[in-house]
Amino acid sequence: MLSLKKFKVMRGGKEIVKGIDCDFHRGQIHVILGANGSGKTTMANGMIGIYPSQGKVILDGVDISDFTIYNRAKMGLTIAFQEPARFEGLTVKDYLLISSKDKSIHDVESALKMVGLPKHILYQEMDESLSGGERKRVELAAVYLMKPKYAILDEPDSGIDVRSFRKIADIILALRDSGAGVILITHSQEMISLGDVATIMADGRIVGRGDPTEIRELFLNSPCPI
Amino acid sequence: MKDVMDEKYKKEYETLIRYIESDYPESLDGRFAGMVVNSNRVLFANSPEGIKVKWIILEDNALNVNIRVDPGIRIDTPVHLCFGILNKIGKQKINMDIEVGKDSVVKFVSHCIFPNSVDISHLMDARIHLHPGARMEYHEVHIHGKSGHITLVPSGKVRVDAGAEFKSYFTLKSGIAGDVDIDYEISIYDDAVCFLESKIHGREKDKIKIKESVFLKGNNSKGIIKTRVVLRDYSFGDITGEIIGEGDNSKGHVDCMEVVFDNAVAKASPIVFAKNPKSKVTHEAAIGSIDRKQLITLMARGLSEEEAIDIIVGGLLR
Repeated sequence: MLSLKKFKVMRGGKEIVKGIDCDFHRGQIHVILGANGSGKTTMANGMIGIYPSQGKVILDGVDISDFTIYNRAKMGLTIAFQEPARFEGLTVKDYLLISSKDKSIHDVESALKMVGLPKHILYQEMDESLSGGERKRVELAAVYLMKPKYAILDEPDSGIDVRSFRKIADIILALRDSGAGVILITHSQEMISLGDVATIMADGRIVGRGDPTEIRELFLNSPCPI
Repeated sequence: MKDVMDEKYKKEYETLIRYIESDYPESLDGRFAGMVVNSNRVLFANSPEGIKVKWIILEDNALNVNIRVDPGIRIDTPVHLCFGILNKIGKQKINMDIEVGKDSVVKFVSHCIFPNSVDISHLMDARIHLHPGARMEYHEVHIHGKSGHITLVPSGKVRVDAGAEFKSYFTLKSGIAGDVDIDYEISIYDDAVCFLESKIHGREKDKIKIKESVFLKGNNSKGIIKTRVVLRDYSFGDITGEIIGEGDNSKGHVDCMEVVFDNAVAKASPIVFAKNPKSKVTHEAAIGSIDRKQLITLMARGLSEEEAIDIIVGGLLR
């Protein structure tokens, strides 16, 4: 289990995530909902160790609150960023092999196929030659290849065309079925439906938790900006 | 023309070629089109059909090399030029004159090898002329020793006639950079294209100065200057990329990136100058530490900070 205990994240002297308690389980897709500015991405970046945080992050009983990004990744916690980085001089193949736990080209090709990208893209550089949607799918393939215990996916469907949505959904389900706990930050109704459980955030706090369909209704119908 | 190697030079030739044989295994058995020079001694020269290579040693020990590519031919195999100094101390001055005939296509790979440097100077002054419709690539790859002192002064003037295409790539493959002072001036005429790329890793007390000027003289001419310099320790980089738009609809772009570590110092001066209102010249320059987003991404993939930096720098200089 991955647990946040009284978890706070400060940005620019302001408390953005305000003392959250939340548990995430392996083999489960946990959807995080919330309006823009509710603190979802800040929470994700705090969990991964990018932003300094207070409180505790406990991964399978180990307090990783003071671990670096690298050590958290080694423990099995990783992230697919909302806006993935671009790398000059690094091919998709290089990047996926770096990410791959087994360093197997066969696995790399399979992961690429799962996200619906053609094989020839392996030899393309991770720079402007890839579209935003392609880059996001490569990012998901990279996370899948890491065989993580917990994967935070920050809006993996944004910028993805409708035809590719099913592929994105497939790899998220495959991650879960491989035993990973998936923390899925999304605004998309289709993505919410993949969830086993959902949490809704507003103003840096958790304001609801439960069945994804019910939480979605709460999100859509609330008179307050949650 | 020397197309049979003198026995007395064979050992020098083989020693030099050994540094590039992994890239060009055919070089060792004589299937080498181009020339091999140690200091100012031409150890071997060979010309593929359609190319004439001539040289002369001047009184000041400078080597004049004259290469003519006939018009209307296509050389599919790269022409190799290998300029090295195997001694610890030495000075090499090359005056290079290359002319590529109308509509010809040729690629040069030039290795500059100074593996034992204690005090080495390599001065190259090039005059390159691409006739209309010609296409030429020039890949200059430097292989240096890990210590000592090297002074590199490559300079040149390039004329790219109408409809021609000139691409130049400068890379330091291994070793210290030394004191580098690159100064190139390229004039491009109607519908012609030029692309210049330099990638250098500076360490210790290396001083890297690059000045590249592209004059877009012709209508619809296009030029790109791309520079990637990584500086560590106490090294210094001073990069100037200059594009002057003169022709109608001429387009140019300067793209300079310097990544700085430790106590290194970097300066970048992209200069864009439109002399014609129908010309468009743009620039981007970035100096600083390694891109944080790239670093975080690779660390989130399970790489240590040091491993991530190596991957990012390796990519920039690839």
